Amino acid sequence: MTAAPSLDDDLARLRGMLRIRRFEERAAELYGAGKIRGFLHLCVGEEAVAVGVMRALTEVDAVVSTYREHGHALARGVPPDRIMAEMFGRAEGCCRGRGGSMHLFDASHRFYGGNAIVAGGLPLATGLALADKMLGRRAVTACLFGDGAVAEGEFHECMNLAALWRLPVLFLCENNLYAMGTALALTESQVDLCAKARSYDMPADRVDGMDVTAVERAALAAVATVRAGEGPRFLELATYRFRAHSMFDAELYREKREVERWKLRDPIAALSTLMKLGGVLDDAGLSALESEVAAELDAAVAFAEAGTLEPVDELTRDVYATEASDAR
Amino acid sequence: MPGSDAVMVRTTWREAMRAALREALQGDPRVFLMGEDVGRYGGCYAVSRGLLEEFGPERIRDTPLSESAFVGAGIGAALNGMRPIVEVMTVNFSLLALDQIVNNAATLRHMSGGQFAIPLVIRMATGAGRQLAAQHSHSLEGWYAHVPGLKVLCPATLEDARGMLASALADPNPVILFEHVGLYNVEGMLSSDAGAVPIDRAAVRRAGTQLSLIAYGGMIPRALEAAEKLAAQGIDAEVIDLRVLRPLDTATLVASVRKTHRAVIVDEGWRSGSFAAEVSARLVEEAFYDLDAPIARVCSAEVPIPYARHMEIAALPQVETIVRAAREVVGTHA
Repeated sequence: MTAAPSLDDDLARLRGMLRIRRFEERAAELYGAGKIRGFLHLCVGEEAVAVGVMRALTEVDAVVSTYREHGHALARGVPPDRIMAEMFGRAEGCCRGRGGSMHLFDASHRFYGGNAIVAGGLPLATGLALADKMLGRRAVTACLFGDGAVAEGEFHECMNLAALWRLPVLFLCENNLYAMGTALALTESQVDLCAKARSYDMPADRVDGMDVTAVERAALAAVATVRAGEGPRFLELATYRFRAHSMFDAELYREKREVERWKLRDPIAALSTLMKLGGVLDDAGLSALESEVAAELDAAVAFAEAGTLEPVDELTRDVYATEASDAR
Repeated sequence: MPGSDAVMVRTTWREAMRAALREALQGDPRVFLMGEDVGRYGGCYAVSRGLLEEFGPERIRDTPLSESAFVGAGIGAALNGMRPIVEVMTVNFSLLALDQIVNNAATLRHMSGGQFAIPLVIRMATGAGRQLAAQHSHSLEGWYAHVPGLKVLCPATLEDARGMLASALADPNPVILFEHVGLYNVEGMLSSDAGAVPIDRAAVRRAGTQLSLIAYGGMIPRALEAAEKLAAQGIDAEVIDLRVLRPLDTATLVASVRKTHRAVIVDEGWRSGSFAAEVSARLVEEAFYDLDAPIARVCSAEVPIPYARHMEIAALPQVETIVRAAREVVGTHA
């Protein structure tokens, strides 16, 4: 599966990251316009993680994510119009408008949220993997979480359980250096996150999360061993969130200079520059890509705008499953 | 009633639960049991003794002391094609798994717009009465019954100990099954063909005309004993076993009170915010004009349950306190 990078691959990576960047930017605008409400957490700056990881998975695999998951969902293939409609609170949204930005789910893409309790997705991922192992399937569960999660008991419980039972989970820690607004060094006695995983006898690697190709390469290698039944693995993806934690964040906890320094490592700019230097992309090509992405996004927003509201008399629908066949 | 080939067999509540587990494991390869000490130890309350030998370590899984991880893993496995039975040793420890139960198991279906179902059973021991003091004597069924998305079962009889698990497993929703520690050693006769029972309604355990004693789980034997004592004093009490706290079968409660016009609710939980408060509210909402006396509640004293025997007894609902409350409600003060 690890063929040499080709032009097509680089274009796909660039397109994938650009789709996320522009989606997030549009979401911020729509939030300002009052179209999207609730909490909105954007992943601008972290696109390489989403695209690199999702390209390493196949359709049989499962994904468990966090409340900063638009990028993960888009890269996984969840249609942008369904995501946008969800954030508009429309019945055509991927969760009928019940989950919103923090709770994107899509069974058809094995995308299990959209989990807004920090580290709360890890037990879920551990169980998905347990079922796959018990049923003899060769599926991998990719579990994404932030650096804040490593302080939670659920993180440590799941590292131990998954390693103990050799479950097919790939733990992916997006280390953007801040748990909301508190720096890692202020909350962790041990800031080497891989050391935590290794203490559970789990192989762990630190990867440059601003380099989409590096992420993809590391994820492919890790997925291969997990799929081969060698037990769980841990990847720390060093990345950075360019924008605020949410739409209510004065960013008092970090220096503007630090943000600007990280922006020099913008994963999208890095890849497009590399492609231009390699002579495989020019300004016209990039502009065509931008137009393509903008058109898809325009259609997504139009879909969301045209969406309908779930009838209030369906408020209590699906609190409970009613048929035995509702369960897989 | 036993079928034609069935015979009545002497059994304990614990053995009835174990028979239910064995039947579930035999009947469906997707069913497995996991929890602390369920395998080699045989279960903290010996319910799963012998199952490891019979079904092997893949299906009888000893877990680390990581309630959140293994309860959440049960949710994930249920989402992904298995039918897990997760044993949390006691309700006291389930507090370490509240995040998974309340934030995940109860929400995922509705929040995802109906995309997922979670056919999960969580068993846990509950209740006081064994001098285990404040951290091992909680009775928090009412907390769980507060949460939409969960179903909450409280078997009291041998039939329900034997039959509720199968129904819970057949249900495509997360079901919590509370086993009162005071019931495990109860002995009685059970039909050899006992099996699945309905899990959507309350039951009348003793018919009566003057008063409804409403209870569940570990309080049922006490309510029945109190009813016998009351009968000896000329008071004819009906005993209603709630069986299922969510969804609550209000109709059976209302029908009983329409007949007796008086109600005493017995609940081992603390009175404030208790499940008894919910039952009382429903009766007031739906049967107010049928009541001839204020509803009474017999609940635990509002203290952490103490160790010393006499203090523990004083803290918990007892047959005598139920009898006293019943006599006051029917207006025959001793």
